Amino acid sequence: MPFIPHTKEDIAEMLASIGADSIDTLFDEIPADLKSGQLKEVPPGLSEMEITRLMMERANQDGFYQNFIGAGAYEHHIPAAVWQITTRGEFYSSYTPYQAEASQGTLQLLYEYQTMMASLTGMDVSNASMYDGATALAEAVLMAVRSHRTSRKILIPQTVHPIYRKVVRAIVSNQKIDIIELPFNKETGRILPEALEEFSNEDIAAFVIPQPNFFGVLEQVDELTDWVHSKNALAIGVVNPTTLALLTPPGEWGSKGADIAVGEGQPLGIPLSSGGPYFGFMACKNNLIRQIPGRIIGRTNDLDGKRGFVLTLQAREQHIRRSKATSNICTNQGLMVTAATIYMALLGPEGLRRVAAHSHANTINLVQQLEKISGVDKGFSAPFFHEAVLRLSKPVDGILEKLKKKGILAGLNLQEYYPDMENTLLVCATETKTAADIKNYVEQLEQALN
Amino acid sequence: MLIFEHARSGRRNYSQAPTTTASIDGIPDNFLRKKQPLLPEVSEMDTVRHYTRLSQKNFSIDTEFYPLGSCTMKYNPRACNSLAMLPQFLSRHPLAPENTGQGFLACMYDLQEILKDVTGMAGISLAPMAGAQGELIGVMMIRAYHESRGDFARTEIIVPDAAHGTNPATAVMCGFKVVEIATDKEGNVNLDALKAAVGPQTAGLMLTNPSTLGVFEENVTEMSRVVHQAGGLLYYDGANLNAVLGKVKPGDMGFDVIHINLHKTFSTPHGGGGPGSAPVGVAKRLLPFLPVPFVTLENGKYRWVNEKEQPQSIGRLSAHMGNAGVLLRAYVYVRLLGKDGMHRIAEFATLNANYLMAELRKVGFEIAYPTRRASHEFIVTLKDIKDKTGITAMNLAKRLLDKGFHAPTTYFPILVPECLLIEPAETESKQTLDAFITAMREILAEIKEQPDLVKNAPHTMPLKKLDDVKAARELDLCWKPNS
Repeated sequence: MPFIPHTKEDIAEMLASIGADSIDTLFDEIPADLKSGQLKEVPPGLSEMEITRLMMERANQDGFYQNFIGAGAYEHHIPAAVWQITTRGEFYSSYTPYQAEASQGTLQLLYEYQTMMASLTGMDVSNASMYDGATALAEAVLMAVRSHRTSRKILIPQTVHPIYRKVVRAIVSNQKIDIIELPFNKETGRILPEALEEFSNEDIAAFVIPQPNFFGVLEQVDELTDWVHSKNALAIGVVNPTTLALLTPPGEWGSKGADIAVGEGQPLGIPLSSGGPYFGFMACKNNLIRQIPGRIIGRTNDLDGKRGFVLTLQAREQHIRRSKATSNICTNQGLMVTAATIYMALLGPEGLRRVAAHSHANTINLVQQLEKISGVDKGFSAPFFHEAVLRLSKPVDGILEKLKKKGILAGLNLQEYYPDMENTLLVCATETKTAADIKNYVEQLEQALN
Repeated sequence: MLIFEHARSGRRNYSQAPTTTASIDGIPDNFLRKKQPLLPEVSEMDTVRHYTRLSQKNFSIDTEFYPLGSCTMKYNPRACNSLAMLPQFLSRHPLAPENTGQGFLACMYDLQEILKDVTGMAGISLAPMAGAQGELIGVMMIRAYHESRGDFARTEIIVPDAAHGTNPATAVMCGFKVVEIATDKEGNVNLDALKAAVGPQTAGLMLTNPSTLGVFEENVTEMSRVVHQAGGLLYYDGANLNAVLGKVKPGDMGFDVIHINLHKTFSTPHGGGGPGSAPVGVAKRLLPFLPVPFVTLENGKYRWVNEKEQPQSIGRLSAHMGNAGVLLRAYVYVRLLGKDGMHRIAEFATLNANYLMAELRKVGFEIAYPTRRASHEFIVTLKDIKDKTGITAMNLAKRLLDKGFHAPTTYFPILVPECLLIEPAETESKQTLDAFITAMREILAEIKEQPDLVKNAPHTMPLKKLDDVKAARELDLCWKPNS
């Protein structure tokens, strides 16, 4: 019996102890008319060898591609040690660290994670993670509304990831929160400052500022943050953690710094894996600590005065507060954060800086070479980080299909998310791409266009 | 030591990052950070040794028995991990075209079909990333259903007092008022209280069955009739599905919406607190509201169903497709178990729980619902012991750690004083259960003979009892140099 260790003798002894004559008797409180018959869609069990064969076949069917898609999920080199340690049984199969004395490994690691994320984002504190970047943004919106006394209005520019905007709407839809989307400048690819003026006399709770934005473009975060603060609203930064090795962290934007920073943690050592599991990060300034959702680890002492770590501020959470909790969230993405912490430790400040710089330089190199091809133009004029928009002379889908046949996933067709952006492609070349990979992409795209 | 305390300025790993520097001339100076982030400067060996040692300070299923009620801590088969981590699966971008992911999508489609059969529901979405998100999505669908019928008067969700805290918290996140109803002496929901609570304002009832009291809700059919007759819908919290897997289908009990915790019943790892995964299932009338994306099969090709084809969908609740890698692990697990493995889970989880309950009663522990069968879990209450000796459920829990067992769930459900909710999953052998019974017997003797030993536990952990109050009062959430 797969994963059931009981022998015949065990079963007999156990039933005798209970005073039942069969295992079936143990289900005698379930009304007979509810009991189900055979399962029809579940096939017979496989051995480990058989399932291995099946999964290998399916994996081989999917194969490998040279990936130039970014759009919220980025391919970076993951050092071998990251997942070898992360999948140690003591991390992989442990429970939520409610019993602190038996969970110091996980708790200390999370405290280290909080330290690294707070510093990377330039914030005072970080929680122990959220489900993913999109839900972290939704939770930041809820947090802003909770802390703002008068307004339930949130401004989100359309340069924020289009799927994030959908997720935010879905999650906050039943809480009477007004989500207002702002247009962007079609030349620069940046938030349109004039669009903000419309709200100069309106009470708003928060403004979401992406850096870099969905198009890879660098937003003028200092001016935008100061504008939000002049309106007594909160600035929520949506950032990419790799880029923070180089870019001004949200906590230092403008004269006061953003109030909340969120984003997708996947670039920090998490494989692309069809979209998950990833993790979202969330960090904030001290004055918002009691509004932050999710798990938080704090330092304390044991009876002997030795340093230790525990889950803290639990009075905000659902298992204590029930219907009055800050959020219904009950987990973090523990294992993903384990990987991210080990990743950040292995890379250190200089390693992460190099990953960021190479990703930036590779994307610049790719764009510069592509611009020389007839039929390719740069989409936007503002500086970009490690992702860029290209305008093609032909419909994108056909081009993507041709390059796919050459083993290249050439980017994302933006028209799917921005209906008026015809023939535009979003591309990304991280540090994983060599000069030869980039050259090959350029040649293949040139051929496909002609 | 913290990783930061191992660090020395200028130390780094040369092989793990690009070996050369690259130009950042494309980034204007005013966008660049002035101070480098506080990431540790340590060697690869420092890092490996540090985190390996940290891991050894954890309890885990791979090293200890975890009789954690309502958490279903069962063995996580290694094959599930290694097959979900095949390089082709890991390297696939979430926005890559569907025709480059037919193998992956086939696994997702098969998993949807299997879960439909096991739960008796008409449709499944694999998108939710944790139990609480499954609940959120479920309750959002209930709301969307009523509103689609022009019924805006349904503002209340009914929740039994024994429910998980996520139930009421979720209902509030969806804009509902929570109405709590009481449990009777036998551990069933009080039917009269339910009848009095329902009305044209009732949007739905959230129910865990078997309940968190470890007993099967005997009146579930009548409850379903009462709620449906009032125009409300029934939500099934699948936290305890392990107890009835393959025995009773939530769909047959009359539930309209369910979530299934894959990290419980389907053995995906808890990972120290996540990632979870909680597919939602719906009855036919709720199909149009299912969250996107989910997988469909058409002319031999698998593809995503998106908002355009599912216009009444409550939308997207994650950036991509939920915790895909967790879903792959669950898929490998269900294929290893197969048809017959499914109901064996419920049978042996129930056998283990009833055996442990019978033996602990013989040892002298008080069972909270002594006249009932245990489902896959049961409750011991230490109220009497506390009244006589001052020893609490938490003291006993900590003493168990010394004896090499993870503590059961303590102080939940809230309505049983000084409770231990005990769930021995089906993967535990009789020998392990017997060793646990011995440990419990020893502690009972210690409570009489050496109460301080129990009161000050744990003694053998890396640290002694930790001060939660200090942690909350003198908040220290980040390490600072020279601290």
